[in-house]
Amino acid sequence: MRIEIPEIAVVTLIGASGSGKSTFAKTHFKPTEVLSSDYFRALISDDENNQRVTSQAFDTLYYVANKRLELGLLTVIDATNVQREARASVLKLAKEQNCHAVAIVLDIPEKVCRERNEQRPNRDFGGHVINRQSEQLRRSIRHLQKEGFRYVYVLKSEDEAREAEIVRTSLWSNKKSEHGPFDIIGDVHGCYEELCELLQSLDYAVDAQRYYATPPEGRKAVFLGDLCDRGPSNVEVLRLVMNMAQSNFAYCVAGNHDVKLVKKLRGNSVQLTHGLDKTIDQLSAQNEEFFAEVRTFLDGLISHYVFDDGKLVTAHAGLIEKYQGRGSRRVREFCLYGDTTGETDEYGLPVRLPWASEYRGKALVVYGHTPTPEAESINNTVCIDTGCVFGGKLTAYRYPEKELVSVMAKREHYPPVKPLFEKPIDTDDMLNIDDVIGLKYIFTRLRRSIKINAENSAAALEVMSRFAADPHWLIYLPPTMSPCETAKLQDYLEYPAEAFDYYKTRGIGKVVCEQKHMGSRAVIVLCRDAKTAQKRFKVNDGSFGIIYTRTGRHFFEEDATENALLARLQSVLEVSRFWEDFATDWVCLDAELMPWSAKAQKLLAEQYAPVGRAGRDGLASAVDSLKKAIAALGENAVKLEEESSRDVDLAALLNACKTRAETLNLYTDAYRQYCWDVKSLDDYRIAPFHILATEGKTWCGENHIWQMDAIKKYMTGTDPIFMATNHLLVDLLDEASVQAGIDWWLSLTASGGEGMVVKPFDFIAMRGNELLQPAVKCRGREYLRIIYGPEYTLGGNLERLKKRSLSKKRGLALHEFALGMESLERFAANDPLYRVHECVFGVLAIESEPVDPRL
Amino acid sequence: MLLTITYTGQNTQNLGYLLYKNPARPQVFELNHGKAYVFYPEVSNERTTAALMIDIDPIDLARGKAGETGGGLFDYVNDRPYVSSSFMSTAISKVFGTAMSGRADAHQALSDSPLDLTAVITMLPCRGEQEKLRSVFEPLGYEVCYDTSISDEKFLDWGISRYVNLTLKGKVRLRDLLKHIYVLIPVFDRQKHYWVGTDEVEKLLRHGEEWLPEHPERAYITGRYLNRRKSLVNLAFERLAASNAVDDELLAEESVEKPEKKPSLNTQRLGRVVAALKAIDVKSVIDLGCGEGNLLRLLMKERQFTKIAGMDVSHIALRRASDKLKLECANEHILERIQLFQGSLTYRDARLSGYDAACVVEVIEHLDIPRLAAFERALFEFAKPPVILVTTPNKEYNVNYDFLYGEALRHGDHRFEWTRTEFRDWAVKIGSRFGYALQFSEIGEIDEKYGAPTQMGVFTACV
Repeated sequence: MRIEIPEIAVVTLIGASGSGKSTFAKTHFKPTEVLSSDYFRALISDDENNQRVTSQAFDTLYYVANKRLELGLLTVIDATNVQREARASVLKLAKEQNCHAVAIVLDIPEKVCRERNEQRPNRDFGGHVINRQSEQLRRSIRHLQKEGFRYVYVLKSEDEAREAEIVRTSLWSNKKSEHGPFDIIGDVHGCYEELCELLQSLDYAVDAQRYYATPPEGRKAVFLGDLCDRGPSNVEVLRLVMNMAQSNFAYCVAGNHDVKLVKKLRGNSVQLTHGLDKTIDQLSAQNEEFFAEVRTFLDGLISHYVFDDGKLVTAHAGLIEKYQGRGSRRVREFCLYGDTTGETDEYGLPVRLPWASEYRGKALVVYGHTPTPEAESINNTVCIDTGCVFGGKLTAYRYPEKELVSVMAKREHYPPVKPLFEKPIDTDDMLNIDDVIGLKYIFTRLRRSIKINAENSAAALEVMSRFAADPHWLIYLPPTMSPCETAKLQDYLEYPAEAFDYYKTRGIGKVVCEQKHMGSRAVIVLCRDAKTAQKRFKVNDGSFGIIYTRTGRHFFEEDATENALLARLQSVLEVSRFWEDFATDWVCLDAELMPWSAKAQKLLAEQYAPVGRAGRDGLASAVDSLKKAIAALGENAVKLEEESSRDVDLAALLNACKTRAETLNLYTDAYRQYCWDVKSLDDYRIAPFHILATEGKTWCGENHIWQMDAIKKYMTGTDPIFMATNHLLVDLLDEASVQAGIDWWLSLTASGGEGMVVKPFDFIAMRGNELLQPAVKCRGREYLRIIYGPEYTLGGNLERLKKRSLSKKRGLALHEFALGMESLERFAANDPLYRVHECVFGVLAIESEPVDPRL
Repeated sequence: MLLTITYTGQNTQNLGYLLYKNPARPQVFELNHGKAYVFYPEVSNERTTAALMIDIDPIDLARGKAGETGGGLFDYVNDRPYVSSSFMSTAISKVFGTAMSGRADAHQALSDSPLDLTAVITMLPCRGEQEKLRSVFEPLGYEVCYDTSISDEKFLDWGISRYVNLTLKGKVRLRDLLKHIYVLIPVFDRQKHYWVGTDEVEKLLRHGEEWLPEHPERAYITGRYLNRRKSLVNLAFERLAASNAVDDELLAEESVEKPEKKPSLNTQRLGRVVAALKAIDVKSVIDLGCGEGNLLRLLMKERQFTKIAGMDVSHIALRRASDKLKLECANEHILERIQLFQGSLTYRDARLSGYDAACVVEVIEHLDIPRLAAFERALFEFAKPPVILVTTPNKEYNVNYDFLYGEALRHGDHRFEWTRTEFRDWAVKIGSRFGYALQFSEIGEIDEKYGAPTQMGVFTACV
């Protein structure tokens, strides 16, 4: 027997004990697909025959079944299921999971069952049990369909059971193998003229007289339902869509109006409201044959389609993720009417819940049903019902191009029930706590999946909520940066040779060295105007940009400074024609903002300066006392009888103290040069070093020389606030070039300069599948005093400090880099806020991981 | 890093005998995190100076000692190697232990008599408490003088440094001078390098037994020496009182204050919130921004509330709340009644729904103004409990706080404080937008002109 089973279903095996259910299951299904009650009895009580734990065993079984079905996996329930009550639970499960229930009955002669049971150890329940079960089974069989099993198969013998062939069938909605491209068309409502015009503008060959349209090669149309009612030409629209569907040029899902029409055509009593009267009126001139055709067509419309490997879903009123690709009446209701509460609003229309604002699914959902003046896009959903019949327009969504094509309505064909231009659906992008807390895996282009631990998210939640700027602005957080390996040279902790080696040994031929400005990292997002900020970033407070720190905080406490600096950048970009040349009205930049003291005031005043003060004065008084002691000792020279390990050479101690005092001066000089008083805006310096993203595009595919050149061309040189970054291209295969790089670093750092950042020539550098560090820093010898302490160069200190491990820091840097690039890509591609935010939040979460802060 | 002790008088070289350190022999001693040196910058009949210099290894401090896990307690960039810190006290007890005990063998008579001694403590960390130097040292019989300097002469804005060079001059026994310095350095240096536990109580009592009980600043000294750890301070007070039957003033001091004191503003505020909730028929309450659970504790006591929840953005605060509420060992009934979870007021959160009332007590002022919009929607639009209580400071009242100047806010983390009008305007706007009726009240002592320190709005959903 051929047994057809939908790909997602609950398969219930029904048969007396000993009827061969388990054998059947083993023969025809994967072991993990089969959930046997015996197995679960054993799992929780160590005894598969323990009848006293039946109820707990089934609880566990159904728990597992639920999880499997949530994931869309076929599940076989291997239990006797001969009683109606037992089957009721299976049916309930299927209903809850919006999938079909299939019954496979093993109606095997009792004798065979009894013989089988006798052969099995520990199965000592008497023959009467099997008799009773078989009797219950036989009484059940004819009711199974009525109980709710969509498919019922009865196998009458062992042979039949053995020879049965299981065929898994796709659900009607499953068009995953259809990859398009598609032209998805919103609610037509009998607007034939506009439909023809729309199809023409989509390059379809339209024969309006013969109700026929042929798509350009390879394309297909998808109608989102509500073909009929309210409009002037319902018959024409139905003819055209039916013709296209018949030629396999179009798909169509059912709309609520279509369903109501078919009810009417079937002769059911329905109210002739909401424009159905018009359709009926127009149909009245048609013959019975056309009626039948329409009836068959509309009856056959299914609730939704899943296309393109599950990446695209179309449904009339939209569809939440857990219903996608499922078949149940509940799913159909959702597809037709949306997420309704049962209430009606002041216009007598059903109240709909904003399912789209909570939508977090991976598939793009294109839907109609709710008319709005413009197509509304939120969280990977697009509503393209633009109210043509009400005098709006008819809209098509081109997939995968993501383009909208519209034609204006010829007239208001039907007075809108609800004012069309009131914003009726929620385009809300409020973030949900579930978007960020708990264990998360974020899929990134650069490093596939990145794990974010729950405790890191918990720490980030506090930082994000208490200190960070409006998440709409935060489209990127910069990664942490690892230093180079410790220097082999004796006197240095860090030295360029090691930074170059990192890349050279990983097959990178060219690197770009960029001078490290001793400032603070700043990310700048700037819009051409506040309108752009509102439209593109959904920031409504009138601001047109932001400068934020590497943890997403506003760089400046007062808006005035921030706005003034942004305005200065704005005019620089205006003059350099950046906006035109980059075809954008916003930009995201990575930059360094100086002076350091602008951000690090507290650190300087509370830690750096006091250490300098204490060290300089403390050592001065030590030197003073030691000098006196040496003099005093000379006068009171006493010949010591024996030497002791406690004896001290004061002259040596004095010298040591003098050397230490010298390092304190160097240290003080080092921190001082990064501080200057800011009296006016003109005292700030900003050095942009990456153009990260503009409208529709990230620039991380451009190498660092391109970046430096573009920044120089468009941003620096006109306003002294914006300064270029000194840099040097080093060819790692050319010894002279490498030496030039080292010499350049030595000259930069001799007087306390912070050092340089060594970057691979390409912004994103890989060795095979391995992502390389996007940058490695190499800090100056004097500068490092403010990191490792004034005296780090003395005595054995350097040697001890050289023992440091970079692997954790580097791991974090790569994760953060991948997330940063991902968030930019997502924002550039107009992904919903939560998708961008999860990456930004992820960076913050990873940053809460403890790592040596001096690295 | 340096302590010098100068003895003036006759035969002052005998200082060497008292300290058990030969003036002609500079010596070094190993400390846990470095070395201590003893040498004599001055030696003569009339005047002899001993110096104790410590050299603390900063890398040890930052990294932890070799072989230890868990890392160090301090930053690499650290004042410890250069200042007279708790490390100096440790060095004193290690190097001058015998002198501190007062044992002097052949020179016992000298040791037992008060001498003209001058101690100079260089670079004593003493942030903003210079006036205390006098009230702490003068009662012990010293002439006190000290000097300070500017933090960085190139950046005058950064102000005066926190370090003083302290000179103490007096006629005291050497052992007393050492004990005074030993105990009092850590009183001023707040960054102690050791864990303050009951051992420290012992040390304090042992070295302070002869002078601490009568010292007018004994409460300050004890508190600061023990890092203001309440249990330890109490233990020390009890022991001090017990060792000196006459003086039970210390204990009394602690307990007298309370009954006279008016309930704090916070106590009043929480009381009013609970009263407001009790006045209406609410059974379930969620405290948003519950902090360490002070309101939750009060709510738990009321039988009216059958379901209580506390949410906070800080998991550390929640852990403390859980400790204070003893949830670790609570029975099932209690656990059914109360739950705590981490969340944020700027994210939509299904867990906030289903309560009769929500309290937002002294929370909104910790949100940046631009983030208020998200908070408003998360609470009033999505969670939408029937009753919402919001309290926030009344900025006008700040004129009554001496410690606030000009536009200063009450708390470092407050992003704003509102006048009564500002709060009302906001509340009314929110109320009309989301369908809530409003009632306002004031909490705390009412200033006729400026109102009460705290303002409360009770939002009730219009049905």
